[in-house]
Amino acid sequence: MADQTAPSTEASPEQMLYAKILELGMFVGLAILFLTFAIYVFGIMKPYLPLDQLSHYWSIPVHEYLEEAKIQPGWNWVGLLGYGDFINFIGIALLAGVTIICYASIIPLLLKNKDKIYAGFALAEVIILALAASGFLAVGH
Amino acid sequence: MSRGKFGLTFFLSLALVFAAACPVWAQETASAGQDAAWWIWPLVLFIVTFIMGVLAVLGGVGGGVLFVPIISGFFPFHLDFVRGTGLLVALSGALAAGPGLLKMNLASLRLAIPVALIASTCAIAGAMIGLALPTNVVQIALGGTIIGICALMLTAKKSEVPDVPQADRLSSALKIYGVYTEGSTGQEVNWKIHRTPLGLGLFIIIGVMAGMFGLGAGWANVPVLNLVMGAPLKISVATSKFLLSITDTSAAWVYLNQGCVIPLMVVPSLVGIMLGSFVGVRVLRVAKPTFIRWMVIAILAFAGLKALHKGLFG
Repeated sequence: MADQTAPSTEASPEQMLYAKILELGMFVGLAILFLTFAIYVFGIMKPYLPLDQLSHYWSIPVHEYLEEAKIQPGWNWVGLLGYGDFINFIGIALLAGVTIICYASIIPLLLKNKDKIYAGFALAEVIILALAASGFLAVGH
Repeated sequence: MSRGKFGLTFFLSLALVFAAACPVWAQETASAGQDAAWWIWPLVLFIVTFIMGVLAVLGGVGGGVLFVPIISGFFPFHLDFVRGTGLLVALSGALAAGPGLLKMNLASLRLAIPVALIASTCAIAGAMIGLALPTNVVQIALGGTIIGICALMLTAKKSEVPDVPQADRLSSALKIYGVYTEGSTGQEVNWKIHRTPLGLGLFIIIGVMAGMFGLGAGWANVPVLNLVMGAPLKISVATSKFLLSITDTSAAWVYLNQGCVIPLMVVPSLVGIMLGSFVGVRVLRVAKPTFIRWMVIAILAFAGLKALHKGLFG
């Protein structure tokens, strides 16, 4: 990490690395999302849920929606990537996942600077976010 | 007030009225023309979130805190999907702003990391609690929280550079301090924080609420960082914005994995808020932010009361 006794107005190397990966992930995620959304709304790929039925689905509780639409929660959307609505989940997952990549990427730098406490914090955060992303944290209704 | 500012304020007031009328018009049109119905609500959502994005910048609030109460109050979407979308909207705003703020060293990674660990863990718990509770209970809690946020926005003071006589032991041990260049004066401002354990404890509550209601947490992050922990206002606002990218990520995954994401809601909202924020930053130079902030607080209060009503009476 930067010299602890004389802080600098410049961002630390790990802060710059985090920012660069975050920025790249954000642009790529948004680009994919816009592209897949265009594919969806212009009907280039057939959607799993017909567009004219969505007004029913988005007005009911999510557990009823999953039951009526026969959609399994968690990462089962990967199995529906052949449909125009579910390919949008690629961009959404990337936007939601880029933070995990950022944290993982700064751990080596923190360890190199012998900043074990913050390396530990970063590792813990990776585990927490990965657990949230895993789908194991299910909620019953 | 100059003619330009008056005109702009008048226009924005009309935009607010239009934004409020949009859902009513959409409901009538959707009922009348079933064939064309599917695109109406996403279009209205885009227009309303665009206006929200403009007003959020002018009113000095986050887009996330506007999205859930307003969309759940005036649109036919179920609260489960509104919360999932709200988190993704707030997350996208934070992802857009975060890199720049980190590079400018206004957002402090050193300050954010321990705070984010607590807030993101609690946001997961909040999301799980929020999805497990009956909808009317969440509506009532949301309504009460929004009213509380309005009260906080009306009464909370801000401190440009709080007086922190001495850094506390925890922040010293974690080496949470820094220096930034104040743009308006060119002066270097050294900063340190205190009351770190208390601040971290408050982020437990903030995390749970952010996850439960799908709100961005900027309305709470900034007062805690600035007034409780003593970080300068600019550092607090920038770090708060960056923090949302971590806190909202954890909760967003819970909602995503539970199926609370419908792309036809997410993408128009996301694009609307981001474009609106882009325009809002440019309009900020000529608008009268104080009046806009009062209007935003009034709308939030109305949306909060509507959520309470919905939760109590269905």
